[in-house]
Amino acid sequence: MDLGPHAAFIWSAYAVTAVVVAGLVIRAIYEERRQREALLRLEAQGIRRRSDVPGDSGKSA
Amino acid sequence: MRLTDRVLPWLAGVTVVLMGVGLYLSFFVAPADYQQGETVRIMYIHVPSAWLAMFCYTLIAVSSIGSLIWRHPLADVSAKAAAPIGAAFTLLALVTGSLWGKPMWGTYWVWDARLTSVLILFFLYLGLIAVWQSFEEPSRAGRAAAILAIVGFVNIPIIKFSVDWWNTLHQPASVMRLGRPTIALSLLWPLLVMALGFTCLFIWLHFKAMRTEILKRRVETMIVTRVGQAATLKAAE
Repeated sequence: MDLGPHAAFIWSAYAVTAVVVAGLVIRAIYEERRQREALLRLEAQGIRRRSDVPGDSGKSA
Repeated sequence: MRLTDRVLPWLAGVTVVLMGVGLYLSFFVAPADYQQGETVRIMYIHVPSAWLAMFCYTLIAVSSIGSLIWRHPLADVSAKAAAPIGAAFTLLALVTGSLWGKPMWGTYWVWDARLTSVLILFFLYLGLIAVWQSFEEPSRAGRAAAILAIVGFVNIPIIKFSVDWWNTLHQPASVMRLGRPTIALSLLWPLLVMALGFTCLFIWLHFKAMRTEILKRRVETMIVTRVGQAATLKAAE
């Protein structure tokens, strides 16, 4: 594919976009996994949110 | 959460397909422009990024109104989750625009109304992120960020109409304008497919970020509960 004399500008634009989009996607997956693991760790310790405890609506929180 | 569990895989699939088709159309089907030559291909990532930069800020402003007036917790979560994504798309619009400007205008940057107002948008996003990070209590941060977001919304029509109100180096609107688009159909179709792909990507990223923020708040609530339980036990001893 011949993109002419300005090929470097075109490829640079697409490369920057690919890096930023990949960064956004990786961050989104990593951050959700991190929070989910933290939640599971706390649940494994027997800690529940007040709203999860029967008889406690959590309205006072 | 259950709804997004079902929607997210489909959204990811649609995004990949649209992006793939869009890239194929952009590089192998769309012709070179008679004035811009091959550099017109930068438009297929620059324009969707710029559209999303403005759309995302509008979403934040609407969410902020929901947060301030109705105090809806999801509106708060939506606004906070969208800010870093909007900042990233604004940065992409600025960088890809500069990379298009150098071969076309002979410079990476000019202080014209369109470029400057988009740079201000980028700083507004950074300001929102900073506000969210400078308060420990999410509700206080939410209120401060919501006020900033609503005040900053004045910049969105300025960006949109800057090319009409002032004499700018940036070209006027050729797709979103009154009447029909002035861009040739052979260039328009790849742009619309890429814009749709970028929009699906944005929705996927936003849902993911909202889920993460909800999980984060649950974790914080549980940590506070644990500290409270420990204090109660200590007091009972």
